[in-house]
Amino acid sequence: MALDSKIPKGPIKDKWTDYKNHIDLVNPANKRNIDVIIVGTGLAGGSAAATLAELGYNVKAFCFQDSPRRAHSIAAQGGINAAKNYQGDGDSTYRLFYDTVKGGDYRSREANVYRLAEVSANIIDQCVAQGVPFAREYGGLLDNRSFGGVLVSRTFYAAGQTGQQLLLGAYSAMNRQIGRGKIKMYNRHEMLDVVKVDGKARGIITRNLITGEIERHSAHAVVLGTGGYGNVFFLSTNAMGSNVTAAWKAHKRGAYFANPCYTQIHPTCIPVSGDHQSKLTLMSESLRNDGRIWVPKHMKDVEAIKSGTLKPRELAEEDRDYYLERRYPAFGNLVPRDVASRAAKERCDAGFGVNATGEAVFLDFASAIQRYGKETAHVKGLNENDAALVKKLGQEVIKNKYGNLFQMYEKIVDQDPYNTPMMIYPAVHYTMGGVWVDYNLMTTVPGLYCIGEANFSDHGANRLGASALMQGLADGYFVLPYTIGDYLSDDIRTGAIPTDSKEFEDAEKEVRKTLEFFVTNKGQHSVDYFHKKLGKIMWNKVGMSRNVKGLTEAISEIKELREQFWKEVKVPGTNEEYNEELAKAGRVADFLELGELFAKDALNREESCGGHFREDAVELDGEQKGEAKRDDENFAYVSAWEYKGEPSDAVLHKENLEFKDIELKQRSYK
Amino acid sequence: MNLTLKIWRQKNASDKGKMVDYKVTDISPDMSFLEMLDVLNEQLINKDEEPVAFDHDCREGICGMCSLYINGEAHGPDRAVTTCQLHMRMFKDGDTITIEPFRATAFPVIKDLIVDRTSFDRIQHAGGFISVNTSGNTIDANTIPINKHDADTAFDSATCIGCGACVASCKNSSAMLFVGAKVSQFALLPQGKVEATDRVLNMVKQMDEEGFGNCTNTGACEVECPKGISLENIARMNSEYLKASLKG
Repeated sequence: MALDSKIPKGPIKDKWTDYKNHIDLVNPANKRNIDVIIVGTGLAGGSAAATLAELGYNVKAFCFQDSPRRAHSIAAQGGINAAKNYQGDGDSTYRLFYDTVKGGDYRSREANVYRLAEVSANIIDQCVAQGVPFAREYGGLLDNRSFGGVLVSRTFYAAGQTGQQLLLGAYSAMNRQIGRGKIKMYNRHEMLDVVKVDGKARGIITRNLITGEIERHSAHAVVLGTGGYGNVFFLSTNAMGSNVTAAWKAHKRGAYFANPCYTQIHPTCIPVSGDHQSKLTLMSESLRNDGRIWVPKHMKDVEAIKSGTLKPRELAEEDRDYYLERRYPAFGNLVPRDVASRAAKERCDAGFGVNATGEAVFLDFASAIQRYGKETAHVKGLNENDAALVKKLGQEVIKNKYGNLFQMYEKIVDQDPYNTPMMIYPAVHYTMGGVWVDYNLMTTVPGLYCIGEANFSDHGANRLGASALMQGLADGYFVLPYTIGDYLSDDIRTGAIPTDSKEFEDAEKEVRKTLEFFVTNKGQHSVDYFHKKLGKIMWNKVGMSRNVKGLTEAISEIKELREQFWKEVKVPGTNEEYNEELAKAGRVADFLELGELFAKDALNREESCGGHFREDAVELDGEQKGEAKRDDENFAYVSAWEYKGEPSDAVLHKENLEFKDIELKQRSYK
Repeated sequence: MNLTLKIWRQKNASDKGKMVDYKVTDISPDMSFLEMLDVLNEQLINKDEEPVAFDHDCREGICGMCSLYINGEAHGPDRAVTTCQLHMRMFKDGDTITIEPFRATAFPVIKDLIVDRTSFDRIQHAGGFISVNTSGNTIDANTIPINKHDADTAFDSATCIGCGACVASCKNSSAMLFVGAKVSQFALLPQGKVEATDRVLNMVKQMDEEGFGNCTNTGACEVECPKGISLENIARMNSEYLKASLKG
């Protein structure tokens, strides 16, 4: 099947408006006869559920958590971008579009990104109307901050809890519709398959996580807003339950999976402390507004700091290497995430890591505390030369901005980041790859949509900070409600979809077979045993820096591990009860397939772009020496993989990317 | 560290349930409390026993999924943290730790340490929102300036993670801190004032129907709240409720 991205014709700035003017609509009376299933209740799924219900469709929403409010969007910290230009610093729809395409290393679809930038401003209006308490200035207007990879301040925020506030906004919109009976909410339900009838997605099979009951649910369209697959690495900043299962089942039913190797390794996370660790914790990118990243210049100081004889704050300025400021003077500490992560790895690989494992760099707030302290003292007419006072005032400002993050850090590391620099290291955070969708956000399966992080569409090979929240809400509030209507306009006479068809029966049978296998298999290793092994392979060979040898090894090692898993996995308990190990087993089984496809995709892409860094594709000389080297001639395409059984048999389809409004250039942040 | 754990085991909602003793060894002080339970569960699985069921997800203190009543305190002995942020450095080698579910009539046990908190969701369905359509056809966000202090206070109320520690800590199993926080967030913002009367009446009515108790001002909820939601929220809700009742 040839990929058709269905990008509307016409100039980029008119595409979305023209599109909306010409789609088919469903009249309100008919919407009452149409059912839509939404899986996942994060920013994308939650906002889509609320909006579709409000339009009049019958929505059934599903989440595996005990409440839609707990979806992992809640953990997003720093903020949400919008081209409001409230700061008057030269921002515009075009500039947000340009920054996003450039930040994604020219591997995203122009038309989708432009639409995202276009609707971004409206998201803020919408959220404020819902009562989202964004940070404000003393004049009562909304405050902004700056994020990586851009030269303007366009990020709206609510302390370090922006995701929480936005999700609670979407959840409140859902609550209104649940109260009205327009959304039927299924908590603690996990989707285990998509059901296709006559080639169209017409329902899902779910497992009730409390009772183990297998249920059939039908609808005229199915929407997946099920998040990313970063947990394929075992350790990531994702929630423990975040998984690829819904997206992977869709893939197995015919949805192409795009760019699985595009993974964001976030530069500022709390370093790994030991084997017991179950997850990693992010320290928001917003901290790079005020924190400066450094390691010691000299090896003797590295040793002294590691052994505890030298305190980081005691090291003289001239003996510190602020390597981001040194290498990228234009963007400094606010280079994009992929660049900052690789730079940290480069310093640590060279031996300059500052903790026991050698995998940590400093993120230091001393100069920001000074700067804010002096400013506050000045405003209040106090003595700017009183060091203790300035420090106190400065710390208060920092606390106001990032208090919850500093507290999280202190609880985990047991050090006070107001008085000693934070230690940070890159960790898996977000996946730009995902289910392939066209301009309508529809997958290659008719009637099956994919929104938010679960799809691949907007961030290319690297996502800019504060853009995930923007995309999730744009998809759910403003894009899908139009595009899905165009599709559903053909279904006004279809009537309810029966669940007693052979298709539903077969899908249910298959789900039951797998579950039955898990609880009866006489294996000797827990699910985590395999998940951790998979994570190690992924991190070591398919992580921040990739080469042909490592990727080839990873592919065969993952395959072997998968075979071992299906022989030796042990799942206690039964299917007819709350059984977390059983739920985990199904998720890890899917990760073991995705992991191999991920490595295969990375092997196929013989260029470095964004988060995908190939050691055999670097600039060898000139100003950009050592930086990632893209190959636009051969790789300016989206890799969309078709399922054919084993991951090794997956067939590659290419969607060529055309850049008409932005010139393809070497991405420079120098 | 080596520890003795006394854990509430209950097969399902209708099972009677009992405390069971377990031993864990070689626990690192850098582990989180839930990672310590991961160690126990790995041990149990390897011995062909059933692992202990507990709720958890983000493990960074924001999703509100984790619960646990540890040594008689919701989220354990540390302050301003959730159970997933509690670290084993708060305990000593040789300690005995008692772990129970959050107990309240409105939070029935599902299994072991997992309770059903959907009563919280139902309270929100009753009025925890502003009735604005999500079409985007609204006024520019900066049209209505909001006093920074009010915005910050509304934000503080809005940081509630809905974990239920307030209910578990209250001798009356009152949910007034939770409901107060939601009512306050909207009451403090101009956008929320339009529906303020109906909101507080409907949410309080639902809260009572769910079987939560009343507030007798002992303040245990505030002490145990992982997000530091203050008692002022209850006071504000009471005054909103009084205002609304007088309006009729």
